[in-house]
Amino acid sequence: MRTIQFREALREAMSEEMRRDQRVFLMGEEVAEYNGAYKVSQGMLDEFGAERIIDTPIAELGFAGIGVGAAMNGLRPIIEFMTFNFSLVAIDQVINSAAKIMSMSGGQYMAPMVFRGPTGSAGMLSSQHSQNFENWYANCPGLKVIVPSNPYDAKGLLKSAIRDEDPVIFMESEQMYGDKGEVPEEEYTIPIGVADVKRPGKDVTIVSFGKIMKVVLAAAEQLEKENISCEVIDLRTVRPIDYKTVLESVKKTNRLVVVEEAWPLASISSEIAFNVQHNAFDYLDAPVKRVTCRDVPLPYAPTLIEASLPNVERTVNAVKAVMYKK
Amino acid sequence: MAITKQMPETKVNSDLKFSKETYLRWYEMMQLMRKFEEKAGQLYGQQKIKGFCHLYIGQEACAAGAITALTKDDKWITAYRDHAHPLGLGTSPNAVMAELFAKSTGCSKGKGGSMHIFDKEVNFVGGHGIVGAQVPLGAGLAFAEKYNKTGNLCICYMGDGAVRQGAFHEALNMAMLWKLPVIFVIENNGYAMGTSVKRTSNVTELYKLGSAYDMPSEPVNAMRCEDVHEAVARAAERARAGEGPSLLEFRTYRYKGHSMSDPAKYRTKDELETYRNQDPIEVVRQTILENNFATEQDLEQIDARIKEQVLESVEFAEKSPYPTADELYKDIYAQQDYPYIQD
Ligand SMILES: Cc1ncc(C[n+]2csc(CCOP(=O)(O)OP(=O)(O)O)c2C)c(N)n1
Ligand SMILES: [Mg+2]
Repeated sequence: MRTIQFREALREAMSEEMRRDQRVFLMGEEVAEYNGAYKVSQGMLDEFGAERIIDTPIAELGFAGIGVGAAMNGLRPIIEFMTFNFSLVAIDQVINSAAKIMSMSGGQYMAPMVFRGPTGSAGMLSSQHSQNFENWYANCPGLKVIVPSNPYDAKGLLKSAIRDEDPVIFMESEQMYGDKGEVPEEEYTIPIGVADVKRPGKDVTIVSFGKIMKVVLAAAEQLEKENISCEVIDLRTVRPIDYKTVLESVKKTNRLVVVEEAWPLASISSEIAFNVQHNAFDYLDAPVKRVTCRDVPLPYAPTLIEASLPNVERTVNAVKAVMYKK
Repeated sequence: MAITKQMPETKVNSDLKFSKETYLRWYEMMQLMRKFEEKAGQLYGQQKIKGFCHLYIGQEACAAGAITALTKDDKWITAYRDHAHPLGLGTSPNAVMAELFAKSTGCSKGKGGSMHIFDKEVNFVGGHGIVGAQVPLGAGLAFAEKYNKTGNLCICYMGDGAVRQGAFHEALNMAMLWKLPVIFVIENNGYAMGTSVKRTSNVTELYKLGSAYDMPSEPVNAMRCEDVHEAVARAAERARAGEGPSLLEFRTYRYKGHSMSDPAKYRTKDELETYRNQDPIEVVRQTILENNFATEQDLEQIDARIKEQVLESVEFAEKSPYPTADELYKDIYAQQDYPYIQD
C-alpha cells in the first residue's frame, strides 16, 4: 500500500468531501494563499477557488461563529484553528452556539460542521501555545471529539466528521503532520466513536489517543522485551468514548494504565478510570494508573518540558506498577 | 502593494527639535536591538534558540522613539515580537539572551522563551502569545494607574493583525468611555504572517479604527524616531491630562519573515528594498553625522561596544544552567503549599 503523510491524509479527506459535496468549504487563517500554516491545505485554493477555501483575518470568535451560522443555514463548514490554543478566543461560539443550538431550538436547527487543528504541545513554545483541549471539548454534550493518531485513521475519521450531522471537534498535532503511514487509494470512512486495538496483548491494557500514542506504542515495544504483553487501545474518539472496547480488554488483562497529554484534573484518564472501576471493579487486580502532563502550565525550557510531558519511561513505570513489578 | 505610498508626511520639521543626546540614545538603543536580534537569528539557525522566535528588525524606531517620549514609571506591554522594547528600556541583554536560550538566568527563568519576555524592573509587562490578548491587558494596566491617580500611563503595542480581534474593539471602547491613560500603538508592518493588511478588511488605514470610538488617532511614519517620539508625546500629554486614550498607527516594516520558519514569499524584493532604503538606524546615523553630533569614529566605538555586549550576552546564556526539574512546581500559585495532583 502507498504511504502518505498525516497532513496529506487530512488534505485528501477534505478534498474528496469537497468534490463530493458542494456545501463543504474550508475557512481559517492562512488556509488559502499561504497553503496552510502547516501546509495541510496545500493546493486546495488552486483546486476549489477562493469561494470555498477562505482566508480569514485573525478573528477566531467571528469566523467560528460565521461557521456555525452557515451550518445552521445548510452549509458544511470546516473551520480550521491554526492551533486549538487559539480556539479559546472562539470557545463561546463552539460551546454556546454549535454544541447547544439543536437542543435550544428543540431540534429545529443543527450545526453540522467540523472545527479542526492541532492540539497540545509542539516543542518549546511555552504555556500559551502548549495546551491540550481534548477533555475540555469532550466535557460538552452536543459535540463529538476526534483525536486520531495516524494518517489512516485521520483520513477515515475526518471524512466521517465532515459527513456527520453534528458539530465535530477534530484534533491533530504539529508533531504528527509529517508522520507517514499506509493509506489506501480507495475511498473509506471510519465510524466515529469506535476505538481501535493498535496492539493486542494479555498482561496490561494501556488506553491512549492522539499524538501520545507514539509514546505508548514505544513503551509497549520496550515492555515486550521484558516479557510484559500490553494491549494498546487507541480511543480515536474521546466523545463519545468506546467504553465497551476498554472494558472488554480490562476484563481480559485485569490491569489498566491510561496515558494522555492533558492535565490530570477532570481529564479523559479520570473519566476512563471512573468508568472502569464502576463497571469492572471485580476484574481489576490493581488500582488503575495514569500518566499525564504534570499539573502545571508547560514552560519553555527543555528540561522542564521533559519533566512534565508523558514519556516512555513514565509509561513503562506505570505498567510495571500495576503489575506490582519493579 | 505600495504601502510606501501611504507613508504620512513627516510632521517633524527640518530644523532639529531633538538634542544630540537624544539622537545618540536612539542610535545606541536601536543598534543594540538590531545587533542583538541579528545574533539571535544566527543562533536560531544553529538551534541554540528554539521555539517561535519573531524578530523586530526594521521596526526599531517604533520602540526607540516612544522610549524617549515617556517616563520610566509608564507601563509597557506588547505581543510576542518582544525583544526590542525591553532592551531599549534597559533590560540587560544577558537576561533576554538567557531567556531565548531557556536558561534559568533568563528574565522569565527560562519558562517563557522568546515570546514571553517580562521585566518588572523596567515596567515591561510582556510578551503575550495570543494575538490581541494584550490589548485589554494594556487598558487594565492603565485602569490601575488612573485608579491610583499616579499620573502614569500605559503604552500598549499590537500588530496590524491584532486589530481584527474582538478584544481590540472591546478594549478601545471601554478605554475611551472611561478615559483610561493608555496609548494604543498598532505596529503596522504590512502583514500578519502571510496575510497583507488589505486582505483582512476594507479599512486598511488602521488609525481610522479609532474613530468608531471617537478616539484621537493618527498615522505615524514609524521609520523615523522623531515622528514616533512626537506622536507618542502628544498622546501622552492627552493621557496625563485626563483626556484618555489615543490610537497611533505606526507604519513600519519587518525585514525578516514572520518568524524564523517563514520564507516570506508573499512579498517582493522591491517592497523590502523600499523600506531598507529608509532604515531607521541609517536615518538617525546620517542625522548624527550631518549635524556633527558625533564622528564616524565615535559611532564605530559605540558599535564595537554593542558588539561586545551582545557577545557577552551569548556567553552568559551559554554558560548559564537550564532550570532544574524542581522549578516545575514553582511560580504557578502564590500559595506556597498548593496541593498539586501528583499521582
Ligand atoms: C488568537 C491567535 N490566533 C492566531 C495566532 C497565530 N499567530 C501568531 S502571530 C500571527 C500574526 C499576527 O500578525 P500581526 O498582528 O500583524 O503582528 P506581527 O507578527 O506582524 O508583529 C498569528 C496569526 C495567535 N498567536 N493567536
Ligand atoms: Mg503585522
